Amino acid sequence: MAALLDLRQIDAFYGRIQALHGVSLRVDQGEIVALIGSNGAGKTTTLRVISGLLRPARGQVIYVGQDITRLSPDLIVGRRLIQSPEGRRIFARMTVLENLQLGAYTRTSVTEVAESLEEVFTLFPRLKERVNQKGGTLSGGEQQMLAIGRALMSKPELLLLDEPSLGLSPLLVQTIFSIIQDINKRGVTILLIEQNARQALQIAHRGYVLETGSITMEDTAANLLASEEVRAAYLGGNVKAS
Amino acid sequence: MELFIQQVINGLSLGGIYALIALGYTMVYGIIELINFAHGDVYTMGSFFSIAIIGLLDASGQLHGLPLLLVLAVTLAGAMILCGIVGVLLERLAYRRLRNAPRLAPLITAIGASFILENIMQLWRGPSPIPFPSVVPNVTWHFGGVNLSSNEVLVVVMALALMAMLQIFIYNTRLGKAMRATAQDRDAAQLMGININMTIALTFFIGSALAGVGGFVSGIYYGSTWFYNGFEAGLKAFTAAVLGGIGNVAGAMLGGFVIGMVESLTAGFISDQWATVAVFLLLVLVLIFRPSGLLGEVLPDKV
Repeated sequence: MAALLDLRQIDAFYGRIQALHGVSLRVDQGEIVALIGSNGAGKTTTLRVISGLLRPARGQVIYVGQDITRLSPDLIVGRRLIQSPEGRRIFARMTVLENLQLGAYTRTSVTEVAESLEEVFTLFPRLKERVNQKGGTLSGGEQQMLAIGRALMSKPELLLLDEPSLGLSPLLVQTIFSIIQDINKRGVTILLIEQNARQALQIAHRGYVLETGSITMEDTAANLLASEEVRAAYLGGNVKAS
Repeated sequence: MELFIQQVINGLSLGGIYALIALGYTMVYGIIELINFAHGDVYTMGSFFSIAIIGLLDASGQLHGLPLLLVLAVTLAGAMILCGIVGVLLERLAYRRLRNAPRLAPLITAIGASFILENIMQLWRGPSPIPFPSVVPNVTWHFGGVNLSSNEVLVVVMALALMAMLQIFIYNTRLGKAMRATAQDRDAAQLMGININMTIALTFFIGSALAGVGGFVSGIYYGSTWFYNGFEAGLKAFTAAVLGGIGNVAGAMLGGFVIGMVESLTAGFISDQWATVAVFLLLVLVLIFRPSGLLGEVLPDKV
């Protein structure tokens, strides 16, 4: 399998505070990779670096064999590397349809965009019902569907999902995770950030654990789920006496 | 009654000019939350560029050879493009690097930019009032005691037409959507693949070009201008933008006409000297009772 995305030794700062220390990770074509870690560990920062929203001080982001570290965010989107950001960040004063159209901003073929729109509506029938409603009037779950749908409108090759389950009811979390799996089966590679580590690892192929800006573990999702350390720290298991 | 109608007509023309300027304030504020204090001077530059273009046409002997509408179109287009370029340069040279700086820094820079533009104009054409060439024959119609001039009609028609075009642009085109998205959430807009530097530059271009239109029509309307003209007009247009709800395009238009009307009615029924006072008094009242402006919405909390 070829590495679709390859992060090499990324150091990133917010002002003088170093948020990432030599973060390296890879995502292969067709995978779901989970990046787990507690609040403030640097998960969102990692995605900001990949999307070009934050320039790393050192290190490289390699995507499909090319160095995209210094590309601007809009050019990265043009390469079908798409992020659905934390907190959904939908355009509250625009309609559902306008939000989805903005997702397809970099695409030129009207017929292809129309096809993607149909796909999104098949995946999220609720969005079709609400198509002319303002984004800000949707419920939390609907907003999350819109955020994912909007990202799909760009026909992503690699989709970065930042906390898609945040603030959703347990039932909706199940739905969202099964949709993520569904999207993956349709050929989209996924890098998934989650606090809900158990759910994320259950659908992922591989996973990384990020702690205070460094990758501390890397393994198959199954092994991580079974790992005592991960269970203790992120899955609410019992701390093993030592 | 005649006086009232007369002052309403004056107020509409005045308001049309304020509205054209106010749009630039509100668009720029909407997209980068900057009060571009140099914007009033861009408006004055619109008059200066128009005078220069008409002067060039005159010098090359074209002024009386070409049909009047063509002369107007060339002058207007030239003033719009040149003002647009001034706006883009301001953004590129003065504001862009300060986009993530504390709010006070770009604000003071904007005041500095205003001084620079004023001084450039003073160096260019001197400190005295400059007559605006009377290329447009001003026809006045009399209805009883009420006078309506073709210049007043021109100002209002131009203002309304451009506002309609702006609305269509913002709500129905791809770039307009990109502008609205950038205004609502800059990072999310980038994640849609929108080039926000280009979008912000475009916003400055359009806002400044509209101020250029304001400079052009106000030159025709008042018959003269001077380098400091944009200070007070800019302040009133800014008031109009705040009155309508800063960041809200329709609000700027409404605010412009309200301010023009208040100024003109106060001048007509109380006294000229109270006109400006009334404008700012209205601003204070609106800010007390409706701080987000007439059409400003109380924004839903971001998630």
